[in-house]
Amino acid sequence: MTRTLDRPVARRAERKGLSEGKKAERKLGWMLCAPAALVMLAVTGYPIVYSVWLSLQRYDLRFPDQRQFIGIDNYVTVLTNSYWWMAFGVTTLITVISVAIELVLGMALAIVMHRTLVMRGLVRTVALIPYGIVTVVAAFSWRYAWTQDTGYLADLFAPGAALLTERVPALGIIILAEVWKTVPFMALLLMAGLALVPDDLLKAASMDGASAWQRFVKVTVPVMKPAILVALLFRTLDAFRVFDNIFVLTNGAQQTGSVSMQTYNNLIKGLNLGIGSTMSVLIFLAVALIAFLFIKVFGTAAPGGADERKR
Amino acid sequence: MAEIVLDKVTKRYPDGALAVSDVDIEIADGEFLILVGPSGCGKSTTLNMIAGLEDITDGELRIDGQRVNERAPKDRDIAMVFQSYALYPHMSVRENMAFPLRLAKVDNQTVNQKVDEAARILDLTQHLDRKPANLSGGQRQRVAMGRAIVRDPKAFLMDEPLSNLDAKLRVQMRTSVSKLQKRLGTTTVYVTHDQTEAMTLGDRVVVMRGGHVQQIGSPQFLYEQPANLFVAGFIGSPSMNFLPATLENGGLSTPLGAFPLTDRIRLLVEGANAPREVIMGLRPEHFEDAALVDGQSTTFEATVDVLESMGSDKFAYFTVEGETATSAELEELAADAGSADLTDSGAQIVTRLSAASAAKQGTPLDVWFDADKVQLFDPADGRNLTYSG
Repeated sequence: MTRTLDRPVARRAERKGLSEGKKAERKLGWMLCAPAALVMLAVTGYPIVYSVWLSLQRYDLRFPDQRQFIGIDNYVTVLTNSYWWMAFGVTTLITVISVAIELVLGMALAIVMHRTLVMRGLVRTVALIPYGIVTVVAAFSWRYAWTQDTGYLADLFAPGAALLTERVPALGIIILAEVWKTVPFMALLLMAGLALVPDDLLKAASMDGASAWQRFVKVTVPVMKPAILVALLFRTLDAFRVFDNIFVLTNGAQQTGSVSMQTYNNLIKGLNLGIGSTMSVLIFLAVALIAFLFIKVFGTAAPGGADERKR
Repeated sequence: MAEIVLDKVTKRYPDGALAVSDVDIEIADGEFLILVGPSGCGKSTTLNMIAGLEDITDGELRIDGQRVNERAPKDRDIAMVFQSYALYPHMSVRENMAFPLRLAKVDNQTVNQKVDEAARILDLTQHLDRKPANLSGGQRQRVAMGRAIVRDPKAFLMDEPLSNLDAKLRVQMRTSVSKLQKRLGTTTVYVTHDQTEAMTLGDRVVVMRGGHVQQIGSPQFLYEQPANLFVAGFIGSPSMNFLPATLENGGLSTPLGAFPLTDRIRLLVEGANAPREVIMGLRPEHFEDAALVDGQSTTFEATVDVLESMGSDKFAYFTVEGETATSAELEELAADAGSADLTDSGAQIVTRLSAASAAKQGTPLDVWFDADKVQLFDPADGRNLTYSG
């Protein structure tokens, strides 16, 4: 946009003096950005600020009269509560395990899609189907599959078992549902990364004496590392906010609830805006922290960055 | 070090396309062999088959007398230098060069010693800790060479290793590649589409066209005794001049005039069962300003279109009225040189005259040519009728 406008602006600048032209250009830049910036502020900035504001108050819709500014008391309440930390632990567990499995399976699927020579389009479309299904719908189908006696998978391990009512199997099923749904997304991101690895590099590695596995570990993975990190970042941020699958599969029973479930229970079911908002803000901070750590990792691993330090 | 033999090697792709057909080449131990030809002639496919990066459809590839058709590239003990250099971007120069040794589980001390040695030979010592992204084209090319030589492989394969360099550096690197190969004495197969590289580097040159070997021989031999029209037109710069000609009663009638054949050529032509209509080929250096030659039997007069003075020589361009020589080979050569659509009225002739010539642009000049250096080709199949090799 600015590129196409550069020339007339520059020509005007020659006539009227440089500073004026630059000023006009800057003003134009602001005006072009303004609508997007305003929309961003309205739909993301305002809710964030408002929930921070709510989190600093005692505000329970059942007792609206007792609304009061109480500083960080809500945070103390939440952070000293064992249910919160239980949910936090469950969330972390689901995030780490599901993202790890997704990475491995996603990579395998990406390689298959990358190498497919015939009907490439069809293979890719088929692989993406799980990602195209609405999470809640997929979650219900998993719930029916595992429902005691009637589900087609219910008797897989022991006859008559009610796996969704036991903690560890239920968590396993939640992770399975998450993995099943998001592997295609992971695979798609990783496939873009695979395309970054030049064929010549792999040929050179095989001439240098590398086996297929060595080529993958020593050449493919390092070269596509930026793509892997981006995929991991996206999926980790997503996985940390896991809600739909748990809501449908167990509704948080048997201590399988995530932090998002806790927040929902307090905010929507419990009508406690203060505590609920506090939890939202904490989730926001956790996600921000994850993103920050990842970007820190990027900073040190990005090609160029490392070289700059070495020189 | 090794002897490499290609025995009727053929590559046919699953869709039926024939990339390389019945290639027979024996590469001696320590030889520097060049595969040259226009793009799509099968030279890179041939190289990839020697490397093991492409399967051999038919025929046998032997290294040191052993059949290696089925061996994986890593088990052939061959190093390759790619046109793109194919350096590992995440590794430093040192790690790049050490990579094949690390894979071979060579101990640390030997690795360092060999990498340092290679770096010294290639003048890369001060760049060892840099990443490829921070190197110039020439340095990257040297790292790629370094990665090949640290292993001390049986043979080097080079796939247009200099074509990504700018012209000046290319000439410089050409010399160092040649020196390096002489110094190491390792069998080398080098693919290029540049006939100058082919002429200057190789012990022997293989000219390929459409998957078939056209001729194998030393650069000088290919230059003097091309087996056919394609080799004649491909080797040499500026390339050979071609004109249509007719053989009649022991003489040759050409757009430059009629002249008798020399005895040597007459004997060769008689033995070759020549047709009446032929294509005459003459290299630019076989022309001379008639004023500077004694005993001017074969001369013609033409107007100099363009004169390029190179200091040591003068290149004079003439247009010869009349028909131009046509054949499938010449069309392919023109297409490869990108001059297929440069249609002029009449044939363009390039001549190399000595610096003493008084030729001037736009003025007529008497030009002599050496009738004994004339080569005659059969327009139907392109074979050289005056071939005496």
